[in-house]
Amino acid sequence: MNWSQSVSGTMPLLRKEVLRFWKVSFQTVGAPVLTAVLYLLIFGHVLEEHVEVFKGVGYTAFLVPGLVMMSLLQNAFANSSSSLIQSKITGNLVFVLLTPLSHRAWFLAYVGASLVRGLAVGAGVLAVTALLAPPGLAEPWWALTFAVLGGVLLGALGLIAGLWAEKFDQMAAFQNFIIMPMTFLSGVFYSVQSLPDIWQTASHLNPFFYLIDGFRRGFFGVSDVNPWTSLAVVLTATLVVSGISLHLLRIGYKIRS
Amino acid sequence: MSAISFQNITKTYVSGGRTVQALHDVSFDIAQGEFFGLLGPNGAGKTTLISILAGLARATSGQVTVQGHDVRRDYQAARRALGVVPQELVFDPFFSVRETLRNQSGYFGIRRNDDWIDELLTHLGLSDKAEANMRQLSGGMKRRVLVAQALVHKPPVIVLDEPTAGVDVELRQTLWHFVARLNKEGHTVLLTTHYLEEAEALCHRIGMLKKGELVALDRTSALLAGTASTMVRFKTDDALPASLQPQARITGRVVQLPAHDAAGVEQVLATLREGGCRIEDLEIGRADLEDVFLAIMQGQAR
Repeated sequence: MNWSQSVSGTMPLLRKEVLRFWKVSFQTVGAPVLTAVLYLLIFGHVLEEHVEVFKGVGYTAFLVPGLVMMSLLQNAFANSSSSLIQSKITGNLVFVLLTPLSHRAWFLAYVGASLVRGLAVGAGVLAVTALLAPPGLAEPWWALTFAVLGGVLLGALGLIAGLWAEKFDQMAAFQNFIIMPMTFLSGVFYSVQSLPDIWQTASHLNPFFYLIDGFRRGFFGVSDVNPWTSLAVVLTATLVVSGISLHLLRIGYKIRS
Repeated sequence: MSAISFQNITKTYVSGGRTVQALHDVSFDIAQGEFFGLLGPNGAGKTTLISILAGLARATSGQVTVQGHDVRRDYQAARRALGVVPQELVFDPFFSVRETLRNQSGYFGIRRNDDWIDELLTHLGLSDKAEANMRQLSGGMKRRVLVAQALVHKPPVIVLDEPTAGVDVELRQTLWHFVARLNKEGHTVLLTTHYLEEAEALCHRIGMLKKGELVALDRTSALLAGTASTMVRFKTDDALPASLQPQARITGRVVQLPAHDAAGVEQVLATLREGGCRIEDLEIGRADLEDVFLAIMQGQAR
């Protein structure tokens, strides 16, 4: 099977997956934007006068990139995982299983749609929050690089969760006990420099920390760790998670008996 | 080259800590252009066999080909040659009928397929529902869309897994008219159904599965000729004589008993009379596929 045969049908499946969330965009894009704005208003109002993480950067402005990235990551994960689990439970995954689509085409389409949703939500959050507290854009290439890698990593992780979960409560457990803590404990609301040593060490084991720190670098030109270190960690995590999800798709894990 | 070839297919799986043998050494071929019926009671392995053919399940051992393409090694070519109407009434609630069919065309690498989609919609009586969301359709309409989805890439081999389960008479007629036309145009059709009169009317050849084994495989006419060719049918409120009970097929008040020839008919009637069984609405007729099916499933004929 050559590369062209291997990825044939990717675009129609990608388009379908994008339309799937776009048709309910009030819920899939609008709601996370509103949630992020509420975080910004509440935390910004309470802490603006008390916390200065980076010199010369207000706390509300500091929050903006973290909230953008957190929303991007959570929604990229939600897109592939919810699409797969819904299709598995309602049975309409059979329409894709019966086609000649390869595991590579599945991966590209599902992860691609996750990336599109993640970027759409991230752009929405940035557009609204930047009106309240413009964060600047010192090194935009870093912001873009980590946004794309974050969408791919979480889209691929969502694929694994969607393949693994057999029930909605298993998916909710994955989301609530793994994705949510990892995003909240990654420095969205604070700089890890302000944490006790043990929690700093724990944060450095969390790939989401590098995503948010690298993304924030794009806005302020400063970060807790060197952005190249963050890039290396995030690239490694993305390759490992993508490799696992491609393998599971290739063997038809829990979708072909 | 056969349209479909099953060679020594075995499927075992573990359920609740127990090893279940769903299929045991099943082998048969379906010729190009044939209308083939696969029959068997619930749990016989029909859907498992079709799932293996369609790539939804993997055989434990054996080989399946579609138009000469191995369904595992050359799965892309095999699936392009195959259109499957699944048994379950499933749909994607986010899309309209036309969007659903366009999406499905795209998965097979077909762009700008609207001419064929319109033709399918017309033949399946769906033209006025083309822009309706799938959620708004009745069960029968959703079933028609399933058929259209299976045919959207013009596959030479069509598999219908109990397509008329729970659908009204009009849809059945529409569907059989359309599928019979496709078969006349050269498409190979593999049908599983519980409606044996449909299989008798449509299928050139029939295979019967029982507990995962192929117990009958022949032309429909040969199967009908190979069992008791005459059936005695009557109604009664009385108990049947004990000697007739094992071979009787009883539906409410209606009793059917096999009899090979005129002497057999006389013997059945004499046994009923001697047993004091009062009968009414007596008919003597040809055995149908249902009689053959029951005889084979009860191990009385091959």
